[in-house]
Amino acid sequence: MSEKRNVKKLRYDILLIAVLLVISAVWVMITVFSRTEGGKVEVEIEGALVASYSLEENGEYPLNGGTNILVIEDGAAYLTYANCPDKVCVNRGKIRYNGQSIICLPNKLTVTVRAKDGGADIVQ
Amino acid sequence: MSKNKKLALLSMCACLAMVLSFAESRIPPLTAIPGIKMGLANIAVMFALYKLGSREAVVISLVRVILVSLLFGSFVSLLYSLAGAALSLTVMLLLRRFSPFTQVGVSVAGGVCHNIGQIIMACILLETNVIVYYLPFLLLSGTVTGVLVGAAAALLIKRIKIK
Repeated sequence: MSEKRNVKKLRYDILLIAVLLVISAVWVMITVFSRTEGGKVEVEIEGALVASYSLEENGEYPLNGGTNILVIEDGAAYLTYANCPDKVCVNRGKIRYNGQSIICLPNKLTVTVRAKDGGADIVQ
Repeated sequence: MSKNKKLALLSMCACLAMVLSFAESRIPPLTAIPGIKMGLANIAVMFALYKLGSREAVVISLVRVILVSLLFGSFVSLLYSLAGAALSLTVMLLLRRFSPFTQVGVSVAGGVCHNIGQIIMACILLETNVIVYYLPFLLLSGTVTGVLVGAAAALLIKRIKIK
């Protein structure tokens, strides 16, 4: 009896949870299944494009005057150094699909995978 | 409730929120996506919201965000946390008063809004919208952790009697 009352009391919560789960799960699946390997990474500082590197060439590049170090290896990009204490961007790991990004909040820096010039870029 | 008792309860909730934030920060992240976390501190905020009142919950949340950022974070992490806490708390206050949701629904909405608030702040700080790519992942995790946190808070709210 009390079980029934509980479910009735929780019906709006269950509805909210179900709606959120369905929306986010579908959205996650669309994001994951439609992703394509990118051709280059673009480095932006405070929204301004400062550099662009091809994902096809391996290399190591200091960014923003050395506050962060970007490494490109086998089609994936990752940061190996950041001058901030939290190291969120270093822990982010490797990115290789269009639209994925590494974000360094303290230095207002983003590294984003994009399609090669001229190629179709599915993420605006 | 006497003034002294209220003061003691407020300090204890604020302290608990801080300790939970700290404990959570020591747990290694499950995924590489920044922003996915349990939001344990919201248990203390939810408890205050239902047991002590709206103003008290705002104070506790504010104290927690400022102290945790000063102790373990930076100025940027303060802005970031403030945005999440402000949006999440506003929504939780409104839903508690004007919606049929129980504590679980309020906590889920709070968790999801915390993530949305942080993404909005990141968009403003970075002057780019690339981070919106991660919104669906954060919505999913925010919903799941919101249910767990809400269930824990509901249990405490029911069991702990304050005279």
